[in-house]
Amino acid sequence: MKEMPEKTRRNFLKDCAIGALAATAAPLAFAHDVNPGSANPPKSKVVVARDAALYGSGANPEAARVEKLLDRAMQTYSDSSDPVAPWKKLFKPNEVVGLKVNTIAGPGLSTHVALVDAICERLKAAGIKPGNIVVWDRTNGELERAGFTLSSDPNRVRIIGTDSKDVGYDETAFSYGVVKTRLSNLLTRTCDAMINVPILKNHSMAGVTLALKNMYGVNNNPDRLHPNNCCPGVADLNMLAPIRNKFRLVVADAMTGCFEGGPMFKPQYAWRYNGIIVATDPVAIDQTAWDIIEHKRAERGMKSLLQAGLAPKYISVAANPEHRLGTDDPKRIALQEV
Amino acid sequence: MKLQNPRALFIAALLMLTGCQHKPAAPTNLFVDSGAVPGWTRTPETRTFAPEQLSDYIDGDAGKYIKAGVKSTSTADYKYKDQIQVVVDVYTMTSAVAAKTILDSEPAMDAQTPTLGDAARLYSQSLTFRKGPYLVRMVAYQESPQLPSALLDLGHAVESKLSR
Repeated sequence: MKEMPEKTRRNFLKDCAIGALAATAAPLAFAHDVNPGSANPPKSKVVVARDAALYGSGANPEAARVEKLLDRAMQTYSDSSDPVAPWKKLFKPNEVVGLKVNTIAGPGLSTHVALVDAICERLKAAGIKPGNIVVWDRTNGELERAGFTLSSDPNRVRIIGTDSKDVGYDETAFSYGVVKTRLSNLLTRTCDAMINVPILKNHSMAGVTLALKNMYGVNNNPDRLHPNNCCPGVADLNMLAPIRNKFRLVVADAMTGCFEGGPMFKPQYAWRYNGIIVATDPVAIDQTAWDIIEHKRAERGMKSLLQAGLAPKYISVAANPEHRLGTDDPKRIALQEV
Repeated sequence: MKLQNPRALFIAALLMLTGCQHKPAAPTNLFVDSGAVPGWTRTPETRTFAPEQLSDYIDGDAGKYIKAGVKSTSTADYKYKDQIQVVVDVYTMTSAVAAKTILDSEPAMDAQTPTLGDAARLYSQSLTFRKGPYLVRMVAYQESPQLPSALLDLGHAVESKLSR
């Protein structure tokens, strides 16, 4: 895509450093402590906002209700009375902000267009130019099948897959632990900051997929990271600098979730949770998602993921002293349900 | 073909080698055409995935199909009465046992079990059945009171295209 500024490798490395500084400088309301050695670390906040009437009588969530629900979640998260203030705290007007959605499962179980639209409206209100907002996933085909309309117009929100002509994967190979991979240029070069917009799902190998596992859509060889219940593949992948440094927020689409048979859409295992979950700690939000899915499985009389041999063990690995990507300790997660 | 000709021999060997590779079944042979079943239309494009490409289509779900033994996966998009989107996947497994392994691995929940293929499960928005080495999954993205019986009609038509 010609409109996208191609950045040099030097600029890219500089961006990583700036990203790390920006993350460090984020206001306390959005910070989460990942250092278990701290004497009195603050808790990681996770906000679960729900609206029982989100879908009304239709097949899709009502856009106006989604926008209100997003505001409720974000304002609760940041203790703000202004719906735009949380976004201003996180993103600067000159930044290119990416939204990594999850569209592999088609229209039944992908990030809803209505949620993405609502986030984009808030980003624009916070001063981000429409052309500096990039909604993306692995492929154009998956985005289209999930209901997104592709766009490379520099004056509008761009919606584009990594497989687009002139995008592709960065030639630099990144490594950590079992991971050796190449990352989407949309992550490494195009965007300065990222919002993770995953879906609440069971996963037949990982057990649960939400924030951390959604990163399997940013690299070129996710198929190699599935052995051993995706562990430590998920945790190791999230250690890569562009992912650690650029992702600042998780806005999880929990409007429809699945408690079995994921990651693909099998309607008999899907349910309307009617929620949006917000956090900056990807481990704490994944731990919360695991609890939600286990609760639903119990309600349906199913074995727990633990009993089924599908506990998402990558979550505790992501929290361990080697990774320190967040906390999985329920005592250190401040869960707010609104 | 004169096999004593070295060039012809080379070409013959090349053709044999190509034939030994995974060659997915022709997808158009597996799917019912538009209009063949009242109310159903099919998008012309079909996609077929070899086992090594399956994760591109179904991510981590690919593992269980590969473990059970999958030869190829073909998928096509349908619409019912121009309103309800339905994806039909046909997994060609290595054996009937492999197809059974996949179906049996999925909790039946509150499925109806219509007479279709060797075994079938029907829900309000989906139909899954197996016949010989084939596992067929139909998933609708919208609901309608007529949908289950319409899925069953399409299922019977697809079943008739599957050879044992």
